Amino acid sequence: MSFAIELVISFFLIVGGIFVLVGSIGLLRLKDLYVRLHAPTKATTLGLGGVLIGSMFYMHYAQGYITINELLITLFLVITAPVTAHILAKVALHHRVKMMQRTRNPHHVETARMQQAPQVLEDKSKDKDSNTIK
Amino acid sequence: MSSPSSVYSKLLPMPYHTVLLVIVWLMLNSSIGLGHILLGLVLGIVIPWICAPLRMHQPGVKRPLKAISYVLIVLKDIVVANIEVAILVVGPMARIKPGFVAIPLDIHQDLPITVLASTVTMTPGTVSCDISEDKKWLYVHVLNMPENEQEVIDLIKSRYESRVKEIFGC
Repeated sequence: MSFAIELVISFFLIVGGIFVLVGSIGLLRLKDLYVRLHAPTKATTLGLGGVLIGSMFYMHYAQGYITINELLITLFLVITAPVTAHILAKVALHHRVKMMQRTRNPHHVETARMQQAPQVLEDKSKDKDSNTIK
Repeated sequence: MSSPSSVYSKLLPMPYHTVLLVIVWLMLNSSIGLGHILLGLVLGIVIPWICAPLRMHQPGVKRPLKAISYVLIVLKDIVVANIEVAILVVGPMARIKPGFVAIPLDIHQDLPITVLASTVTMTPGTVSCDISEDKKWLYVHVLNMPENEQEVIDLIKSRYESRVKEIFGC
Protein backbone atom coordinates (compact mmCIF):
# COMPACT_ATOMS: atom_id res chain seq x y z
CA MET A 1 0.00 0.00 0.00
CA SER A 2 1.50 3.32 -0.99
CA PHE A 3 1.62 6.33 1.30
CA ALA A 4 -0.98 8.22 -0.75
CA ILE A 5 -3.52 5.43 -0.35
CA GLU A 6 -2.89 5.28 3.37
CA LEU A 7 -3.39 9.04 3.51
CA VAL A 8 -6.74 8.81 1.73
CA ILE A 9 -7.91 5.98 3.99
CA SER A 10 -6.91 7.83 7.15
CA PHE A 11 -8.60 10.99 5.87
CA PHE A 12 -11.92 9.21 5.49
CA LEU A 13 -11.55 7.42 8.83
CA ILE A 14 -10.75 10.64 10.66
CA VAL A 15 -13.55 12.63 9.04
CA GLY A 16 -15.97 9.79 9.83
CA GLY A 17 -14.71 9.58 13.39
CA ILE A 18 -15.09 13.32 13.91
CA PHE A 19 -18.71 13.26 12.78
CA VAL A 20 -19.60 10.29 14.98
CA LEU A 21 -17.94 12.09 17.89
CA VAL A 22 -19.89 15.29 17.19
CA GLY A 23 -23.10 13.23 17.07
CA SER A 24 -22.36 11.86 20.53
CA ILE A 25 -21.44 15.31 21.85
CA GLY A 26 -24.76 16.53 20.50
CA LEU A 27 -26.62 13.80 22.39
CA LEU A 28 -24.89 14.91 25.56
CA ARG A 29 -25.17 18.67 25.20
CA LEU A 30 -28.53 19.34 23.59
CA LYS A 31 -31.40 20.07 25.91
CA ASP A 32 -34.54 18.23 24.88
CA LEU A 33 -35.49 15.10 23.00
CA TYR A 34 -36.58 16.77 19.78
CA VAL A 35 -33.37 18.73 19.46
CA ARG A 36 -31.31 15.69 20.38
CA LEU A 37 -32.85 13.77 17.51
CA HIS A 38 -31.05 16.03 15.06
CA ALA A 39 -27.55 15.13 16.20
CA PRO A 40 -27.42 11.34 15.76
CA THR A 41 -29.64 11.13 12.69
CA LYS A 42 -27.38 13.44 10.75
CA ALA A 43 -23.91 13.36 12.20
CA THR A 44 -23.97 9.58 12.28
CA THR A 45 -24.95 9.13 8.65
CA LEU A 46 -21.96 11.06 7.35
CA GLY A 47 -19.73 9.66 10.10
CA LEU A 48 -20.54 6.09 9.21
CA GLY A 49 -20.38 7.00 5.53
CA GLY A 50 -16.80 8.19 5.97
CA VAL A 51 -15.78 5.04 7.84
CA LEU A 52 -17.41 2.85 5.21
CA ILE A 53 -15.68 4.64 2.33
CA GLY A 54 -12.38 4.23 4.18
CA SER A 55 -13.14 0.55 4.60
CA MET A 56 -13.88 0.15 0.88
CA PHE A 57 -10.56 1.77 -0.05
CA TYR A 58 -8.74 -0.45 2.42
CA MET A 59 -10.34 -3.64 1.20
CA HIS A 60 -9.62 -2.71 -2.38
CA TYR A 61 -5.96 -1.89 -1.94
CA ALA A 62 -4.93 -4.19 0.90
CA GLN A 63 -7.02 -7.26 0.20
CA GLY A 64 -7.27 -6.81 -3.53
CA TYR A 65 -11.01 -7.16 -4.00
CA ILE A 66 -13.96 -4.81 -4.10
CA THR A 67 -16.58 -5.27 -1.43
CA ILE A 68 -20.13 -4.20 -2.06
CA ASN A 69 -21.30 -4.83 1.49
CA GLU A 70 -20.37 -1.27 2.42
CA LEU A 71 -22.74 0.07 -0.24
CA LEU A 72 -25.50 -2.12 1.16
CA ILE A 73 -24.83 -0.90 4.71
CA THR A 74 -25.05 2.71 3.48
CA LEU A 75 -28.29 1.94 1.65
CA PHE A 76 -29.93 0.32 4.68
CA LEU A 77 -28.72 3.15 6.89
CA VAL A 78 -30.21 5.80 4.58
CA ILE A 79 -33.51 3.93 4.50
CA THR A 80 -33.80 3.17 8.21
CA ALA A 81 -32.35 6.28 9.92
CA PRO A 82 -35.21 8.66 8.94
CA VAL A 83 -37.84 6.09 9.91
CA THR A 84 -36.31 5.66 13.36
CA ALA A 85 -36.14 9.42 13.86
CA HIS A 86 -39.73 9.82 12.71
CA ILE A 87 -41.03 7.14 15.08
CA LEU A 88 -39.04 8.57 18.01
CA ALA A 89 -40.40 12.06 17.34
CA LYS A 90 -43.92 10.70 17.02
CA VAL A 91 -43.69 8.81 20.32
CA ALA A 92 -42.31 11.94 21.98
CA LEU A 93 -45.28 13.94 20.70
CA HIS A 94 -47.70 11.38 22.07
CA HIS A 95 -46.05 11.41 25.48
CA ARG A 96 -45.93 15.23 25.50
CA VAL A 97 -42.22 15.13 26.21
CA LYS A 98 -41.01 18.40 27.68
CA MET A 99 -39.41 20.74 25.21
CA MET A 100 -37.09 23.69 25.43
CA GLN A 101 -38.69 26.89 26.69
CA ARG A 102 -37.98 28.79 23.54
CA THR A 103 -39.39 26.21 21.13
CA ARG A 104 -41.54 28.05 18.64
CA ASN A 105 -45.07 26.99 17.74
CA PRO A 106 -45.57 24.44 20.53
CA HIS A 107 -49.29 24.51 19.78
CA HIS A 108 -48.56 22.24 16.80
CA VAL A 109 -47.90 19.40 19.26
CA GLU A 110 -51.56 19.14 20.22
CA THR A 111 -52.83 18.87 16.68
CA ALA A 112 -49.92 16.73 15.54
CA ARG A 113 -50.53 14.06 18.15
CA MET A 114 -54.19 13.90 17.15
CA GLN A 115 -53.04 13.77 13.51
CA GLN A 116 -55.28 16.70 12.67
CA ALA A 117 -54.67 19.76 10.57
CA PRO A 118 -52.91 22.57 12.44
CA GLN A 119 -54.96 25.27 14.09
CA VAL A 120 -54.37 28.70 12.72
CA LEU A 121 -53.90 30.86 15.77
CA GLU A 122 -53.30 34.10 13.98
CA ASP A 123 -52.10 35.42 10.69
CA LYS A 124 -49.72 32.71 9.52
CA SER A 125 -46.99 34.92 8.19
CA LYS A 126 -46.89 36.84 11.43
CA ASP A 127 -44.26 35.80 13.88
CA LYS A 128 -45.74 34.60 17.09
CA ASP A 129 -43.84 34.34 20.32
CA SER A 130 -45.45 31.45 22.02
CA ASN A 131 -45.48 30.11 25.53
CA THR A 132 -44.79 26.48 26.18
CA ILE A 133 -47.41 23.95 27.08
CA LYS A 134 -47.22 22.99 30.76
CA MET B 1 -55.74 -9.79 -5.45
CA SER B 2 -58.15 -10.11 -8.33
CA SER B 3 -55.80 -9.38 -11.20
CA PRO B 4 -56.07 -11.44 -14.40
CA SER B 5 -54.95 -14.79 -13.06
CA SER B 6 -52.30 -15.73 -15.56
CA VAL B 7 -49.71 -18.24 -14.46
CA TYR B 8 -47.06 -15.57 -14.75
CA SER B 9 -48.59 -13.11 -12.30
CA LYS B 10 -49.32 -15.98 -9.89
CA LEU B 11 -45.74 -17.20 -10.00
CA LEU B 12 -44.11 -13.77 -9.86
CA PRO B 13 -46.55 -11.34 -8.27
CA MET B 14 -43.87 -8.67 -7.85
CA PRO B 15 -41.26 -9.13 -10.62
CA TYR B 16 -39.19 -6.03 -9.74
CA HIS B 17 -38.98 -7.11 -6.12
CA THR B 18 -37.80 -10.54 -7.18
CA VAL B 19 -34.95 -9.03 -9.20
CA LEU B 20 -34.09 -6.66 -6.35
CA LEU B 21 -34.06 -9.45 -3.76
CA VAL B 22 -31.77 -11.64 -5.90
CA ILE B 23 -29.36 -8.74 -6.48
CA VAL B 24 -29.28 -7.77 -2.79
CA TRP B 25 -28.78 -11.41 -1.80
CA LEU B 26 -25.82 -11.73 -4.17
CA MET B 27 -24.39 -8.42 -2.90
CA LEU B 28 -24.75 -9.56 0.71
CA ASN B 29 -22.77 -12.70 -0.03
CA SER B 30 -20.43 -10.88 -2.45
CA SER B 31 -20.41 -13.84 -4.81
CA ILE B 32 -22.15 -14.96 -7.98
CA GLY B 33 -21.79 -18.68 -7.47
CA LEU B 34 -24.53 -20.98 -8.78
CA GLY B 35 -25.59 -21.94 -5.26
CA HIS B 36 -26.12 -18.36 -4.22
CA ILE B 37 -28.03 -17.53 -7.39
CA LEU B 38 -30.34 -20.50 -6.76
CA LEU B 39 -30.85 -19.63 -3.11
CA GLY B 40 -31.41 -15.97 -4.05
CA LEU B 41 -34.01 -17.02 -6.62
CA VAL B 42 -35.83 -19.16 -4.06
CA LEU B 43 -35.94 -16.21 -1.66
CA GLY B 44 -36.84 -13.80 -4.45
CA ILE B 45 -39.82 -15.95 -5.44
CA VAL B 46 -41.06 -17.06 -2.03
CA ILE B 47 -40.89 -13.68 -0.26
CA PRO B 48 -43.14 -11.93 -2.85
CA TRP B 49 -45.66 -14.79 -2.52
CA ILE B 50 -45.94 -14.02 1.16
CA CYS B 51 -45.89 -10.24 0.77
CA ALA B 52 -48.09 -9.78 -2.32
CA PRO B 53 -51.42 -9.85 -0.44
CA LEU B 54 -50.16 -7.07 1.84
CA ARG B 55 -49.21 -4.81 -1.01
CA MET B 56 -51.05 -1.53 -1.53
CA HIS B 57 -51.09 0.21 -4.84
CA GLN B 58 -48.39 2.86 -5.03
CA PRO B 59 -47.55 5.22 -7.86
CA GLY B 60 -44.48 4.13 -9.79
CA VAL B 61 -41.45 6.23 -10.64
CA LYS B 62 -42.43 8.05 -13.81
CA ARG B 63 -39.16 9.86 -14.49
CA PRO B 64 -36.10 7.84 -13.47
CA LEU B 65 -33.61 10.51 -14.59
CA LYS B 66 -35.24 13.07 -12.32
CA ALA B 67 -35.03 10.49 -9.54
CA ILE B 68 -31.27 10.15 -10.02
CA SER B 69 -30.73 13.92 -9.96
CA TYR B 70 -32.95 14.09 -6.85
CA VAL B 71 -30.75 11.50 -5.11
CA LEU B 72 -27.63 13.52 -5.97
CA ILE B 73 -29.18 16.76 -4.67
CA VAL B 74 -30.20 15.02 -1.45
CA LEU B 75 -26.73 13.48 -1.01
CA LYS B 76 -25.18 16.92 -1.37
CA ASP B 77 -27.67 18.33 1.12
CA ILE B 78 -26.88 15.54 3.59
CA VAL B 79 -23.22 16.56 3.56
CA VAL B 80 -24.16 20.23 4.03
CA ALA B 81 -26.63 19.27 6.78
CA ASN B 82 -23.96 17.34 8.62
CA ILE B 83 -21.54 20.24 8.61
CA GLU B 84 -24.21 22.78 9.62
CA VAL B 85 -25.52 20.62 12.44
CA ALA B 86 -21.99 19.79 13.61
CA ILE B 87 -21.17 23.50 13.89
CA LEU B 88 -24.44 24.20 15.76
CA VAL B 89 -23.90 21.29 18.14
CA VAL B 90 -20.35 22.25 19.06
CA GLY B 91 -21.14 25.98 19.28
CA PRO B 92 -22.96 27.76 22.11
CA MET B 93 -26.37 26.29 22.95
CA ALA B 94 -27.96 29.76 23.11
CA ARG B 95 -27.76 29.94 19.33
CA ILE B 96 -30.18 27.06 18.85
CA LYS B 97 -33.75 28.20 18.29
CA PRO B 98 -35.92 25.12 17.79
CA GLY B 99 -39.51 25.13 16.63
CA PHE B 100 -42.30 23.22 14.91
CA VAL B 101 -43.77 23.99 11.52
CA ALA B 102 -46.67 22.43 9.69
CA ILE B 103 -46.08 22.02 5.98
CA PRO B 104 -49.10 21.83 3.67
CA LEU B 105 -48.65 18.90 1.27
CA ASP B 106 -49.57 18.80 -2.39
CA ILE B 107 -48.91 15.06 -2.72
CA HIS B 108 -51.36 12.66 -1.19
CA GLN B 109 -50.12 9.12 -1.85
CA ASP B 110 -48.23 7.15 0.77
CA LEU B 111 -45.02 6.43 -1.11
CA PRO B 112 -44.26 10.01 -2.26
CA ILE B 113 -45.04 11.32 1.23
CA THR B 114 -42.72 8.72 2.77
CA VAL B 115 -39.96 9.73 0.38
CA LEU B 116 -40.51 13.40 1.19
CA ALA B 117 -40.62 12.82 4.96
CA SER B 118 -37.43 10.76 4.85
CA THR B 119 -35.71 13.44 2.80
CA VAL B 120 -36.79 16.11 5.25
CA THR B 121 -35.30 14.10 8.10
CA MET B 122 -32.01 13.55 6.29
CA THR B 123 -31.47 17.18 5.28
CA PRO B 124 -30.45 20.44 6.98
CA GLY B 125 -31.76 20.77 10.53
CA THR B 126 -35.23 19.29 10.06
CA VAL B 127 -36.88 16.11 11.38
CA SER B 128 -40.35 15.05 10.28
CA CYS B 129 -42.49 14.27 13.33
CA ASP B 130 -45.97 13.38 12.26
CA ILE B 131 -48.49 13.58 9.48
CA SER B 132 -52.13 14.52 9.66
CA GLU B 133 -54.73 11.84 9.10
CA ASP B 134 -55.99 13.37 5.88
CA LYS B 135 -52.37 13.44 4.58
CA LYS B 136 -52.46 17.17 4.00
CA TRP B 137 -50.03 18.37 6.65
CA LEU B 138 -46.53 17.25 7.56
CA TYR B 139 -45.32 18.33 10.98
CA VAL B 140 -41.61 19.10 11.05
CA HIS B 141 -39.30 19.95 13.91
CA VAL B 142 -36.70 22.53 12.92
CA LEU B 143 -33.41 22.72 14.79
CA ASN B 144 -32.71 26.33 13.99
CA MET B 145 -35.73 28.36 12.93
CA PRO B 146 -35.20 31.50 10.90
CA GLU B 147 -37.17 34.55 12.02
CA ASN B 148 -39.79 33.89 9.40
CA GLU B 149 -40.99 30.30 9.49
CA GLN B 150 -42.40 30.61 6.00
CA GLU B 151 -38.82 30.39 4.70
CA VAL B 152 -38.53 26.79 5.93
CA ILE B 153 -41.86 25.84 4.38
CA ASP B 154 -41.01 27.44 1.05
CA LEU B 155 -37.58 25.78 0.98
CA ILE B 156 -38.96 22.30 1.58
CA LYS B 157 -41.82 22.79 -0.87
CA SER B 158 -39.75 24.21 -3.69
CA ARG B 159 -36.58 22.17 -3.23
CA TYR B 160 -37.95 18.73 -2.40
CA GLU B 161 -41.70 18.45 -2.77
CA SER B 162 -41.87 19.81 -6.30
CA ARG B 163 -39.19 17.34 -7.38
CA VAL B 164 -40.85 14.38 -5.67
CA LYS B 165 -44.07 15.38 -7.40
CA GLU B 166 -42.37 15.35 -10.79
CA ILE B 167 -40.68 12.00 -10.16
CA PHE B 168 -43.89 10.22 -9.28
CA GLY B 169 -45.89 12.22 -11.80
CA CYS B 170 -48.71 13.09 -9.43
